[in-house]
Amino acid sequence: MDFDWMKIPYAFLTVFIVVNYGFLMTALIQKIGARVGRRYGIPIWQNYLDMIKNYGLRSSITHGAMFYLGPVFRLSGGVGLLLFVPSIYGSYMFSNLSFAGDLILALYFVFFGTLGMALGAAESGHPHAAIGITRGLSQVSMAELPFGLAVFSVALQYQTLSVTDIVAAQQGGMLTWTLFTNPLAVSAAMLSFLGSMMRPPFDVVIAPQEIPIGPPTEYHSSYLALMQTNRVIFPVAKIVIYMNLFFGGATSWPEFFLKVFLIYMWSAFVGVVFPRFRVEQSIRWFLVWAVPLGVLSIMVV
Amino acid sequence: MKPELMKRMVKGPDGVEFEVEPLRDYFCEVPPTVMPAAYIKIVEDLFNWARAESIWILGFGTGCGAIEMRPLMTPRFDAYRYGVQWRPTPRQANLFIISGYLSTKTLKRAIRAYEQMQNPKYVIGLGSCTINGGMYWDSYNTIKRLDDYLPVDLYIAGCMPRPEALLAGFMDLKKIIRAGKGEGANQYAENFAWYKENQKRVIHDWDMPDYNW
Repeated sequence: MDFDWMKIPYAFLTVFIVVNYGFLMTALIQKIGARVGRRYGIPIWQNYLDMIKNYGLRSSITHGAMFYLGPVFRLSGGVGLLLFVPSIYGSYMFSNLSFAGDLILALYFVFFGTLGMALGAAESGHPHAAIGITRGLSQVSMAELPFGLAVFSVALQYQTLSVTDIVAAQQGGMLTWTLFTNPLAVSAAMLSFLGSMMRPPFDVVIAPQEIPIGPPTEYHSSYLALMQTNRVIFPVAKIVIYMNLFFGGATSWPEFFLKVFLIYMWSAFVGVVFPRFRVEQSIRWFLVWAVPLGVLSIMVV
Repeated sequence: MKPELMKRMVKGPDGVEFEVEPLRDYFCEVPPTVMPAAYIKIVEDLFNWARAESIWILGFGTGCGAIEMRPLMTPRFDAYRYGVQWRPTPRQANLFIISGYLSTKTLKRAIRAYEQMQNPKYVIGLGSCTINGGMYWDSYNTIKRLDDYLPVDLYIAGCMPRPEALLAGFMDLKKIIRAGKGEGANQYAENFAWYKENQKRVIHDWDMPDYNW
């Protein structure tokens, strides 16, 4: 195959744009959450400062090779997810490496970071980390189930596993979006979306008020900075998948920014309204409300 | 020394006997080292600026003064707008607020928590008790001068100081960090023997390694 080398710098450019957008957008969402609580909230550039500070800490200790690799796996999960789906539909610059991977690969990448994190945090030997991982993996697995069903439903609907083709089929007005052609799958996936964004009511895993902060308990300095970087890439990358599958994709950066922000707002909106679920409650919730919708959407298609 | 910290033989679930020495096996005993500012001035200035604007406090209230920290998270005072956040684990925290009196029992935990924090780290002594013992000046089980046991960057005097005083204290701490003077961790490493001597003078059941991170 004739590889187009120019794709590589373009892919870096995508990552650069998404990282900066992610930093600002997550801070904005935090600010919105704070305003709901009648607080002023963090400055919009706070995430940059936290990251610079964490990279600037002088000492860091390790618990072994896997401890190093945990954040690296996590980051590669986020970046990989981002790079194998087209960010901007129809754009040569920002379709990234989407020719190489299909939907199943993207689904794999969604899970990849969590697994890497589990291995890394387990190596830290901290009991809180181990409990956090058990909770995190059970919750994420459960939240993935409706999303997986929805993805199969959408793949059956369009008879393809290529994200680009699915986006292409949705061009031509809002009514051709999967949101309107397959509402059951979209609602199952949007419920699953809540579970994977690590916001209330499904943030028991990393909530500072619970088992102190869960898997990242032992992570600090540059490890933590790496994970913070992923924390802004991964949600955007995940939302890009949702946007491409269900909301018609984006054909320009402003449309991209707006759609990603609005989809993120869905989880922020639910998060400020509803209190936190325990893990077994959230698993039951997904089983009762989201999974049947996913099954139904497959049967209807 | 407590019996569970003694060196002993343990039989594993698979029947194999092996030796366990908790102090060596479960802790790292390497003493702290001085870590001077490593980069050129402009980079260090950038880092100091970021450190000053992103202060993560260890969520560990040692005494009654901890009650003054809670309002800072609420809408009325909202310390988050100054880049101040609370972290639940010492690994991620940069600032340790000793909030009020410190009993010798708590001092042990405070030392362990402080030593687990990463360089550079800062300590604020909150309330009069950390300066001279305050109203506990003749108590048999609280320490009198915090500075003898941990390197303090800043005191906030009062009994108790209001949350506004804490906010003002954060602003002063920011100035200290910006000026590159928040080197408590290095001071601790330089005078390690002196600090340990002082700590061991009040903590009689010393059952941990000298430096446990």
